[in-house]
Amino acid sequence: MKTKHYRLMQRTYMVLFFCFMYLPIAYMMIFSFNESKGYALFTGFTLKWYKSLFTNSTILNALWLSLQIALFSAIIATIMGTMAAIGISSMGRKSRLLVTNLTYLPVVNPEIITGISLMLLFVAYQKFAAGEGWLAEMLPDQIMGFPTLLIAHIAFNVPYVIFNVLPKLRQMDIRLYEAALDLGCTPRQAFFKVVLPEISPAVVSSFLICLTYSIDDFMISYFNSGTRETLPLQIYSMTRKKVSPEIYALSTIMFCIILTIILVSNAWDTHTYKKNQIKN
Amino acid sequence: MTLNNKKLAAPYLVWMVLFTIVPLAIVVYYAFTDDAGNFTLDNLARAGGYSSVFARSLMLALVATVICLVLAFPVGYFLSRLRVNKQRIMQMLIMMPMWMNFLLRTYAWMGLLSVNGPINTILGFFGIGPFTMLNTSGAVVLGMVYNYIPYMILPLYTSMTKIDASIVEAAEDLGANLFQTLVRVLIPMSVPGICTGITMVFVPAVSTFAISRMLGGGSNLLIGDLIEMQFLGNSYNLNVGSAMSLVLMVIVLLCMSFTSSFDEEEMEGAV
Amino acid sequence: MKKRLFSLVLCAALLCGVCALPASAAGRTIQLDETISVSADYDWTRFAGKNITLNVYNWGEYISNGADESPDVVALFEKLTGIAVNYTTFDSNETMYAKIKSGAASYDVIFPSEYMVAKMIDEGMLAELDLANIPNFALLDEQYTNQDYDPGNRHCVPYMWCTTGIIYNTTMVNNAPTAWADLWSAEYAGNILMFNNSRDAFAIAAHKMGQSINPTTTEEVALAIEELKTQKSLVQAYVMDEIFDKMEGGEAAVGVYYSGDAITMTTDNPDLAWVFPQEGVTLSIDNMCIPASSANREAAEMFINFMCEVDVGVANCEYIGYSTPSTAVWENLSDELKYSSIAYPGDEVMDKAQLFTSLSDEINEALDIQWSEMKSYNEGGNAYMMLLLLLSGVTLAGFNIWRKVRKKIRATY
Repeated sequence: MKTKHYRLMQRTYMVLFFCFMYLPIAYMMIFSFNESKGYALFTGFTLKWYKSLFTNSTILNALWLSLQIALFSAIIATIMGTMAAIGISSMGRKSRLLVTNLTYLPVVNPEIITGISLMLLFVAYQKFAAGEGWLAEMLPDQIMGFPTLLIAHIAFNVPYVIFNVLPKLRQMDIRLYEAALDLGCTPRQAFFKVVLPEISPAVVSSFLICLTYSIDDFMISYFNSGTRETLPLQIYSMTRKKVSPEIYALSTIMFCIILTIILVSNAWDTHTYKKNQIKN
Repeated sequence: MTLNNKKLAAPYLVWMVLFTIVPLAIVVYYAFTDDAGNFTLDNLARAGGYSSVFARSLMLALVATVICLVLAFPVGYFLSRLRVNKQRIMQMLIMMPMWMNFLLRTYAWMGLLSVNGPINTILGFFGIGPFTMLNTSGAVVLGMVYNYIPYMILPLYTSMTKIDASIVEAAEDLGANLFQTLVRVLIPMSVPGICTGITMVFVPAVSTFAISRMLGGGSNLLIGDLIEMQFLGNSYNLNVGSAMSLVLMVIVLLCMSFTSSFDEEEMEGAV
Repeated sequence: MKKRLFSLVLCAALLCGVCALPASAAGRTIQLDETISVSADYDWTRFAGKNITLNVYNWGEYISNGADESPDVVALFEKLTGIAVNYTTFDSNETMYAKIKSGAASYDVIFPSEYMVAKMIDEGMLAELDLANIPNFALLDEQYTNQDYDPGNRHCVPYMWCTTGIIYNTTMVNNAPTAWADLWSAEYAGNILMFNNSRDAFAIAAHKMGQSINPTTTEEVALAIEELKTQKSLVQAYVMDEIFDKMEGGEAAVGVYYSGDAITMTTDNPDLAWVFPQEGVTLSIDNMCIPASSANREAAEMFINFMCEVDVGVANCEYIGYSTPSTAVWENLSDELKYSSIAYPGDEVMDKAQLFTSLSDEINEALDIQWSEMKSYNEGGNAYMMLLLLLSGVTLAGFNIWRKVRKKIRATY
């Protein structure tokens, strides 16, 4: 009896919880098809918001900028972070602890502080570059915009790469690398043939994490975007004006894309899992 | 011999100094100087003038964290007791809303909570309401809970999967009731998860400005709002803004010192 | 801010515009689309192909942007001149000021209000205009040019003007408000929307108390803010452009905003009505300026000149509902807007209108601190809140100590 009751309670709780989590999403999906602009009554089915979304050049430009920044920052962050992780793992204990703790700083720091501190840095740089002196003459003095966004995104992405790759490196058997060297590999060959395949799952997953963090970031971009607008910034300025169901349409599309990606990757995973089982 | 590749970390070390340490140093510098660059404690004093806002946002963030913990604990536990393939699906279901931009999700709550919104309409069918839900501090807390609860569930779940089912059974066999099992077995054994969860919810909650602005009706200011207003908003003053950021950093540091040790292994679990 | 009128009205207006054109435009014109043509006496294409991008920073909903079948004037400008425009928006003068002053972004054309123009001129943040590049300046009404804040219009060209007032939902109130003081009446408790910027909100309290809207002492600031504090428990939310949806959707009964936007709102929802409070109103004139940091001044001047074109001005006015400082534009407006008592009120309102001036740093700072404090201030809730804060702090500390003690006990085994 007790377990039955308990089961029922558990079920109800989970159902209620998921209702809470998905309520806003369901709401947006329904109202993206709403004829009128109001947010209370559903007056009729329409696809016009989807149509106007795809002709809205500001939103499309913002999306394009977001994708560019995400891709470049993820690539650079992954390469730099993986290199750094390898470097850090070969450091002595003390310096390793120092570096990892410093790397941890942007992770625990509130995003708003990362944002404003970078903004202050860029502003200080611009002041310097606009000043006198041979160095200032050589430097570009207007960097706010694409370059600062890129730097900021790399800056908050790199720690995630490092903390993803480091544990994998620790798990790796160092003797494999040594064996490769003993068997006549150059360190470079040993790295590409032995180390990299071993840590590649972590590298790939950190690349994906970087991509998503970067596309989703609002706080840090907000302070460092100059005159440009990424998608989250565009969404923010849209929420400050009149409600437009275009936003709902946009979120519905984004949600569907994410859903497909997750389902496909999941199906792929189970597929390979089964295949491996058959092999064994 | 280890991987002798210390040089590989060099670009990152330079990067870290340039874009992590120097910017924070600039914040500190700004916090203690005036326009002309002279040392002053004025900014801190002025930031202190906003102490009611600080108290308020600490309070709201704490309340949100506690609610998150209470709501997330059963979810994490139930999740960890499911069969492995089911766990994966459930985990994904929890993470899925997170993939959508938080501004959009918060924006949807704006519509849901409004006086003429769906919730009040449905309540109206039962003859209750309408209630004023939007533009209250309750709405801000709701926004925080909704946006950050996955950060609480995941660490809880991770630490709970490590609890052996037989331990819980043993407690029950030895006559412990539900409450006793909870207090003496489950909670103590999931302390690492609780700690990580608390920091991961509290830190973003205390420093947000978009949520309070969208759901709080402009009158429920948080520290994040204050800082934003000093840098890119109504009350332009980089020095005071930096002083506020400094105070926020100290608060976060204090909170971290309570909930996690600066241990290398534990950090990796948290990220 | 701001938005459009019925597209029907617009079409009518444009017909009028087209009919009136031969009379008003002396020379040849270039037809940009069905409704908009600009003077051909100006060399619009001198920057074509030079790969110039203008960063324009305007108020939200403050230009005819292609929505609801209005002409997209920015796109037309791009097509005409071959200059690319990066158009972004802000929601208060102070936000715009902070972004430029801090160096976080540099723009080519901005739209500050009169007091912000004065402040920015004082701080040397605005470039001098070459009015020879803005021949359409001649179309502007003398009443709005050559103002105290910028004698001779060396730095700014007026774009639009408006007044402040009260908008209310006739179905939700029993007694229509007539004065600012009514916003302190318990009748509208929980149903009032206030300005979310310190200058405009301060001005309302000042009007109510019969003070100047430009305080000269910190005592004046404190008095008015105290007044706003007593109002706070009645206010539903402090908003800017969010007011459109809230008023149109019936979320609130009474709101304060700019007259231009009120025209949009009353058109969208006929239940809404507008009143000029009897104590007097705030007049504001928004201007187009070029920041000193702009690298494309001449192209920016071309943009300003384009915005002063009659047809462009008409399109903007019809879309956003604000009042134009240009007689030529006014003549071509639709009758509904042309003789609107909201957009162009009579002398009894204008005689009592006050204009903002720039405040000293000291006053600005006092206003800002007290304003933020007012917004986070909660009547009666404070002691309770602090107690809760203390309690949770103690709990956290207790939890921590308990953990450490346990660890120690375990370690002794």
